[in-house]
Amino acid sequence: MIDAIMSGFGGLTVGFQMLAGEWRNTIMLFVGFGLLYLGIKKDAEPLLLVPIGFGCILANIPLSDVMSQEGFIRSLYNAGIATELFPLLIFVGIGAMTDFGPVLAQPSTFLLGAAGQFGIFLTLILALALGFPQLDAVSIGIIGACDGPTAIYVTSKYAPHLLGAVSVAAYSYMSLVPIIQPPIMRFLTTKKEREIVMKSVAKPVSRTTKMLFPLVITILGGIIAPKGLPLLGTIMLGNLMRESGVVSRLTKASENEIANIVTLFLGLTIGATMVGSAFIRSETLIILALGFLAICLDTVCGVLFGKLMSVMTGGKVNPLIGAAGISAFPMAARVVQREGARWNKKSYLLMHAMGANAGGQIGSVIAAAVMLSVLAGMGIIR
Amino acid sequence: MDNVTFGITMLICGMGGTIVVLWLMSLVMGLLGKLFPEKPAKKEA
Repeated sequence: MIDAIMSGFGGLTVGFQMLAGEWRNTIMLFVGFGLLYLGIKKDAEPLLLVPIGFGCILANIPLSDVMSQEGFIRSLYNAGIATELFPLLIFVGIGAMTDFGPVLAQPSTFLLGAAGQFGIFLTLILALALGFPQLDAVSIGIIGACDGPTAIYVTSKYAPHLLGAVSVAAYSYMSLVPIIQPPIMRFLTTKKEREIVMKSVAKPVSRTTKMLFPLVITILGGIIAPKGLPLLGTIMLGNLMRESGVVSRLTKASENEIANIVTLFLGLTIGATMVGSAFIRSETLIILALGFLAICLDTVCGVLFGKLMSVMTGGKVNPLIGAAGISAFPMAARVVQREGARWNKKSYLLMHAMGANAGGQIGSVIAAAVMLSVLAGMGIIR
Repeated sequence: MDNVTFGITMLICGMGGTIVVLWLMSLVMGLLGKLFPEKPAKKEA
């Protein structure tokens, strides 16, 4: 009987024994706590980092079977990540939440949204130079889209083994935009440029134009880059529902209930892919560094394009708005407004920056769509 | 395909394609904005 009792106790201590043996899982438990700390205490993308952090902890507890074939998170993974369904459902919500009015009031700001995507392609080249396989490099480059769902969509499709690192990089750096961007903006612009006051864009946009926008973007973008149609189509469906105003129940469900439930499942499953043996590798650190660089390069190219627009318009454009041409919406626009007001109290760049930022939102999706279609054209993906 | 060719193709076609698509979109949306301008609200009698 003593033996049976000892064996029973042994069953309760085997987890501790394995924790001591699997040092990488122990480190990942701390990484999970770190993500929870960032989300809860620092308010950095808490909607994602809290479930990701908790998923990471769940998957790294020794003998955890949450990601085994019958595990509950594996079921969520198979249902929503392997099928790319979760990021697409999130996109419906993003479309329903986003007002593209500022970019429609000033369509030229679409081009700032394009300039803010340079980081994707430059980082892709850097990843290739560092020896990453081609599709891995594509997934690393897409961190530069500054767009979590896009990064998850592309990575889950073509480099699922990098999903944890790419997602954590995308969401962490997105939340760090207010810290990453201002020094680059100051470094690349003169005091005189930062002080430029831009005329207000009070041009109203008709409801017809707002409703035609998602249809035009879907058809035009879909014809040119059909591989990205799921991304474009879902964000534009959400936006059409919003602008039509006739399906308010669906719009509210998309931006609230559906987006919230999917965000929870998405975060949990991504966190659970961060198992020690797969995550703690030098490769992960390189991916995190490249992701950081991607967002810096987006900002650099955006501000440089803003400077070009400033020169071409005879100094009517404040180049700082170029930094908002990324997808972190509306955070990047707020950063630009704050930075502009810091150098000139009369400067009110928010609406211009919102235009560039909305352009960046579309730009990141278009960049991913174009990238996938170019890959298909080259025969690298089907 | 070697990495150099792949990288340069992605940069030219990918970034170039992104710029062209967004430029086309800006043109189309600018045109639609002119075709369907916001009408001023009618004053109540």
